[in-house]
Amino acid sequence: MSTVSRGFRGRRRPTAELPPGQYLVEDFPVLSAGPTPSIELEDWELTITSETDEQRRWDWAAFRALPSEPVTVDLHCVTHWSKLGTTWEGVSLDTLLDGLDTSASFALVTSYGGYTTNLPLEDLTDGKAWIAFRYDGQELEPEHGGPARLLVPHLYLWKSAKWVRGIRLLDQDEPGFWESLGYHNYGDPWQEQRFWGD
Amino acid sequence: MTSSDLWSDGNALAGPFHDVFCVEVTTAIGRCTNCGREGPMAEARVFDHAPGVVARCPGCGQVLARLVRGPGRAWLDLRGLAYLQLPVPEQP
Repeated sequence: MSTVSRGFRGRRRPTAELPPGQYLVEDFPVLSAGPTPSIELEDWELTITSETDEQRRWDWAAFRALPSEPVTVDLHCVTHWSKLGTTWEGVSLDTLLDGLDTSASFALVTSYGGYTTNLPLEDLTDGKAWIAFRYDGQELEPEHGGPARLLVPHLYLWKSAKWVRGIRLLDQDEPGFWESLGYHNYGDPWQEQRFWGD
Repeated sequence: MTSSDLWSDGNALAGPFHDVFCVEVTTAIGRCTNCGREGPMAEARVFDHAPGVVARCPGCGQVLARLVRGPGRAWLDLRGLAYLQLPVPEQP
């Protein structure tokens, strides 16, 4: 009796790993609500501003001098695709927020190009969010948000703002670009929170 | 700012807007609230590889219109337009 090889099929993941309504992709689709900004590293900056206007600011050199960590996460886009096991390098928001005196409950993330997105501050802390500057071993391409983007993989990908420029900490929630026009304010893919009322 | 390859011309607005309003939006004339540019919506830069459709002014890049489609619902934002002149049939 001979053994018939079925061939190498790579690592297959059961669809049970996907949130409801999602399908698996192997490429990395590019979605954008506007043109890709051209950001020179010498002009780049990241700010975090508290509800009392206390501000922290990093230029690129200062940001890259911060401790960073490798991150392997699954991505879930509200347009129904998911990409599993993506590898990034980034600075944890815990590092950026460490010691900042704040009682804010919300954050509004702003990007080069004018994009905004909002989320509860607690979703940025405790190892749940990063400012990522490397993807798949390479410097982050501009079309994917380079030089640096927010990475909040437990929420739909529109929350992981490309070309991040600042984070404002707020006492009152303020809906962002998509959240103000029908998309869910929180966006948990496992609860399929795509639109208002979901 | 530089443009990416992700945008289409304003004719990409025809389908989504017709589905919602039954109007031909590409021949409508709009005025940008930011730079004051006036022109047919067909000249807008449309970003539709996105969770919604975003039409931007070809002059200054400001968002002129946004349209989001959900199951059985649609949301429209026209805050970037001072006006929108729509072609309609002559009244008898």
